[in-house]
Amino acid sequence: MKTQTYVLNMGPQHPSTHGVFRIILELDGEVVVKATSVPGYLHRGIEKLAEARTYTQVIPYTDRMDYLASMLMNWGYVAAVEKLMGVEVPERAEYIRVIVGELSRIASHLVAVGTYSVDIGGFTGFLYCFRDRERVLDLLEMVSGSRMTFSYFRIGGVADDLPPEFFPPLQKFLKDLPSLCDEYDGLITGNEIFQARTKYVGIITPEMGIKYSLSGPVLRGSGIPYDLRKVRPYGVYDRFDFEVPVGKNGDCFDRFVCRIKEIRQSARIIQQAIEGLPEGPIMAKVPKVIKPPAGEAYAEIESSKGILGCYVVSDGSTKPYRVHFRRPSFINLGYLDELLVGWKIADVIAILGSLDIVLGEVDC
Amino acid sequence: MVLSEWTGVLLFFIGGLLVGGGAIVTSYLIHPRRIQAQKYEPYECGVDTIGPTWVQFKTSYFLYALLFVIFDVETIYLYPWAVKFQSLGLFAFIEMIIFLFILIVGLWYAWKEGALEWK
Amino acid sequence: MGENIFTGIAESLRAFLYGAGVPPLASELIVLIVKLLAVIIFVSLNVVWLVYMERKIAAYIQCRIGPNRVGPKGLLQTVADVVKLLAKEIIIPRRVDKVVYLAAPILVFVPPMLAFAVIPWGDGMAPIDLNIGVFYILAVGSLSTIIFWMGGWSSNNKYSLVGGMRVVAQMVSYELPLVLSLLGVIMLTGTLSITEIVNAQRGTWFIFAQPLAFLIYFIAGVSEVNRVPFDLVEGESEIIAGPYTEYSGMAYAMYMLAEYGNMMVISCMCTIMFLGGWLAPFGWTFLPSWFWFFIKVYLMIFIFMWIRWTYPRIRVDQLLGFGWKVLVPLSLANIFVTGVGMYIYRAIGW
Repeated sequence: MKTQTYVLNMGPQHPSTHGVFRIILELDGEVVVKATSVPGYLHRGIEKLAEARTYTQVIPYTDRMDYLASMLMNWGYVAAVEKLMGVEVPERAEYIRVIVGELSRIASHLVAVGTYSVDIGGFTGFLYCFRDRERVLDLLEMVSGSRMTFSYFRIGGVADDLPPEFFPPLQKFLKDLPSLCDEYDGLITGNEIFQARTKYVGIITPEMGIKYSLSGPVLRGSGIPYDLRKVRPYGVYDRFDFEVPVGKNGDCFDRFVCRIKEIRQSARIIQQAIEGLPEGPIMAKVPKVIKPPAGEAYAEIESSKGILGCYVVSDGSTKPYRVHFRRPSFINLGYLDELLVGWKIADVIAILGSLDIVLGEVDC
Repeated sequence: MVLSEWTGVLLFFIGGLLVGGGAIVTSYLIHPRRIQAQKYEPYECGVDTIGPTWVQFKTSYFLYALLFVIFDVETIYLYPWAVKFQSLGLFAFIEMIIFLFILIVGLWYAWKEGALEWK
Repeated sequence: MGENIFTGIAESLRAFLYGAGVPPLASELIVLIVKLLAVIIFVSLNVVWLVYMERKIAAYIQCRIGPNRVGPKGLLQTVADVVKLLAKEIIIPRRVDKVVYLAAPILVFVPPMLAFAVIPWGDGMAPIDLNIGVFYILAVGSLSTIIFWMGGWSSNNKYSLVGGMRVVAQMVSYELPLVLSLLGVIMLTGTLSITEIVNAQRGTWFIFAQPLAFLIYFIAGVSEVNRVPFDLVEGESEIIAGPYTEYSGMAYAMYMLAEYGNMMVISCMCTIMFLGGWLAPFGWTFLPSWFWFFIKVYLMIFIFMWIRWTYPRIRVDQLLGFGWKVLVPLSLANIFVTGVGMYIYRAIGW
């Protein structure tokens, strides 16, 4: 039977592209023949803007990259500047960074899990996740005074010490979290239709995952236990006991399940960090005007979406000569065009959702 | 003379039309009209559509549809049979087995030949 | 108490018309028109209420409160929404097939209205008592498919086109089990008249005699009214709003309201065929028959909504596979088992 293909714009204004992402799909009936992704609708030129700001002033811009896990974005940038300056971060600050960073990771994964549920068509899971994310945001608000764009990290430490009223609700949240995860597993993961929609869909083989330098849960879903917190621990991560959850088939379902498991592991890390939280200063001795020596530095951290790299070049002045970010969402998207071919429209949404992109980070 | 039942059906048909038509016409009379060129473009996520829309669309369920037509007709035959099933006795019972057997064999054959696959 | 309110009204109207010397043909017509108006008012009130109910149920399932601002407890929310949509422009895009595009939302309320014509809302309260009622409802029920497809095709929008094609795919997959599942009930009763089918359930409801048929009918019914998990036609996270993408204002609202109308039809059918229609359970006749009917229909509607806010959406090829590889064989088996069972039952003495 002779049929014609047609071109469909999915995005930028589409309910399931997680922002203003555009995919030009060439379809034969419902099946994708060719996919071309078009990012860039949210480009704000953060890297260029950074050139005209002092080192500290860049931090708020990093908040606006992955706005769902701003703490981790802060961390990536300050880690690079600290490396450039050779600053030793005090122990307490490192622990606080772990606590807020992992909380941010939980918040980000909750959004990923919830929105994925919407993508597959079940709206209720979304609101369950957002109900609990609210508690994380409340906690982070206590710490930083802001709910999404925290700007809590400073070069050489963190802005403020943890307030005493922060701990009781945090403990309660950590106690509830495993049962909340069970709830998501029951509502979303355990659902037959959800499994039928996601299992063996959008399979990323380990070879292709490495070839396209994917990272984060997208890579771990394919069975590669590559987590920077484990393989190349930064900060004080080597002191904590946690597992790196991996998938088996590399399909959408595995990537999804990895995220829920990571939420559980993050809770473990936070628990250990609270118990081991040392006393001491929260800021290293850093001059008021930050003027790193000329040179360059590259630091990587494991953000909720994957490996966030930050490359900073200094010319010895108060402003960075160049700041560049390796954004995990963006890199993970690289494989998308190839991955989508042969799947149906409904699967396009499932696959895109399982990559868990944040457009603020993709377009930077 | 009593009205035929189907007069009532016709009346309800007109009633259904009036509900839909009435709402649309009322809305048409009172709604504002603000003409902007972009408003009359097809919605495709905020960008202009590429290429034609009314193409020779690939209906991957084509074989299902063929089977559906065949089976649906057969089902219509089953209805009068089901109504008279009790009064026909053993004859209807045996006939039912044969008829269902034909249906089942038809379905099995279609299944085996891969008609029940999305292509 | 209250058992005869509605039949009484109809009777007194007839008597009044007779007394006034109206010729019988005209008086029949007037009674019919009154019935039609009653159904229209009842259905539109119900549909408006159902939208509110759906939002409230969704809200409670999702740990929210739901609409609570317009009117007491937010009861007037849907009224406000409809009035707003009434006053919104119906945009007719440049490249659409105008006649078909506008005909679809006007026609969309016809199939549920036609079906409501034969629904017995209580004992002796069917507006029209057709002797082939079941067959008739099945026939008009599938008309919606064509109307949705008209909307999808005429919009000249690719999302609408995909949605329109999915409408057909969906019909192809669920129509057969829907029709086959009712055969068991008809074999048991030997009639196609809705009133007689309900009366045949005085002993046991057919949900107990035909549990499998009920399940199949319900699943296929969910699919017929395009609700989760079979809402691929609308599929808002995939194809925006499917066939309704280009519609705005009242034209869009008609589709939405018709969806609830269709849901009522399927719930009514479930009630009639399997839940004993207007019959009171356990002989609890202290409530009038129409009230029992109402309770059962709302129970079914509640299950529809419960499922909608719990399940994700199935994929189109999975729907076709499920319909043809699971539901059709099961419903054929159900007919077979019913026939054999009935025969054995009769052979060992009725």
